[in-house]
Amino acid sequence: MTAFVRNQWYVAAYTSEVGREPLGRTVLGEPILLYRTEDGRPVAMTDRCVHRRFPLSEKPSRLDGDRVVCGYHGFTYGTDGVCVSVPGQQRIPRTARLATYPVVEQDSFVWVWIGDHEPGDTLPSRAPWLDSPDHTVVSGMEPIDADYGLLVDNLLDLSHETYLHGGYIGTPEVADTPITTEVDDKAGVVHVSRHMDDAECPPFYAHSTGIEGRITRWQDIEYHAPGLYLLHSRIAPVGAPGPNADGSDPDAFHVEVVYGITPSTENTTYDFWAVARDFALNDQEVSDFLQENNHTVVMQDVVALNVLQKALDTEKAGYQELSINIDTGGLAARRILARLATDGTEQARAATR
Amino acid sequence: MNPLHPPALTGGDVYRIHWILGTDHLLAVCHCGAEREFEDPAELWDWLLAHPDGHHPAAGAAPAPADAPEPALAR
Repeated sequence: MTAFVRNQWYVAAYTSEVGREPLGRTVLGEPILLYRTEDGRPVAMTDRCVHRRFPLSEKPSRLDGDRVVCGYHGFTYGTDGVCVSVPGQQRIPRTARLATYPVVEQDSFVWVWIGDHEPGDTLPSRAPWLDSPDHTVVSGMEPIDADYGLLVDNLLDLSHETYLHGGYIGTPEVADTPITTEVDDKAGVVHVSRHMDDAECPPFYAHSTGIEGRITRWQDIEYHAPGLYLLHSRIAPVGAPGPNADGSDPDAFHVEVVYGITPSTENTTYDFWAVARDFALNDQEVSDFLQENNHTVVMQDVVALNVLQKALDTEKAGYQELSINIDTGGLAARRILARLATDGTEQARAATR
Repeated sequence: MNPLHPPALTGGDVYRIHWILGTDHLLAVCHCGAEREFEDPAELWDWLLAHPDGHHPAAGAAPAPADAPEPALAR
């Protein structure tokens, strides 16, 4: 399995999912309860009652004002995780306290910090298009029964679009076009660039942009290990002017594809996906099309990764893989994740000394 | 036409790997300026991340600032 990376921010939910109903998510193997206080602040704490471990996110557990009441025996906790009421007695054991998690709401995501120390000034990486008036967003979340490393591998090598997503976002040119890979090891960022000068326009873009002919198609991946993946997609008719020196690019369509990659357990992953566009902002038909089409594409990945994980589970230890040029970015990501996991473990040891 | 893609990431510790157009070769460029061609990305990463072991920048090649042409561009 791909080692967990602690002392990092992870997407736990969309902001729209966290409200006045308790929500349970498992992140890096830790069950987490999420809800919003009456004044709108998201809070996160352990999703297990200290008494008999009943999940506080499961009915009949419920919110009472800003407190959460366990549905099994009524243990009641404040937003700081401290138990304020137990049934039948006045004395509340001192150990009746839930661990809480630092929470940040940013770019339409609720992020939680999974760590052995406080995040300090560290903030999650940004995906500003998801919460921008200049973009329209469709999004979703799919659980995957696979190690999160398989999703990282999948997203860092888009040549698979040609085969797994043919007829949707894949065309022959994706697999046939060489990539450039850049890695900032210290920052934990991998950039993979594939610029297609003259490519078939796949249905995903033909239908949404209205382009009928061939296109220049740029795919620029920015992977911020471990949990955020950005694909800057630029689509323009062949022959259209390129971006201006000031960064403006009025002759192209831009789609920002964002993934929150959140390890849930050792062999399950939350796949938060979002597609933000800077065109047809108020066209509901385009939104409906992209929602449906991208959901189909995501499910093609989910099904494939579930199959792959099952196959890997039956492999003998020490099985061999073969990597080729298309895997340059994926290999970089794996090495960064391995280093971050080691760093996180060392930080954990230091914190307990 | 410039055969190599312009840099996207800035910073002093960026590794760049170019898939050389028209070939199956990868050109690894370390932040120290050392370069080497590979056919296997796993071997490539072993070499890059071993920096500075086995990294010998070409004579006169200084570490390239991110916004300047890389040494490989002159080839």
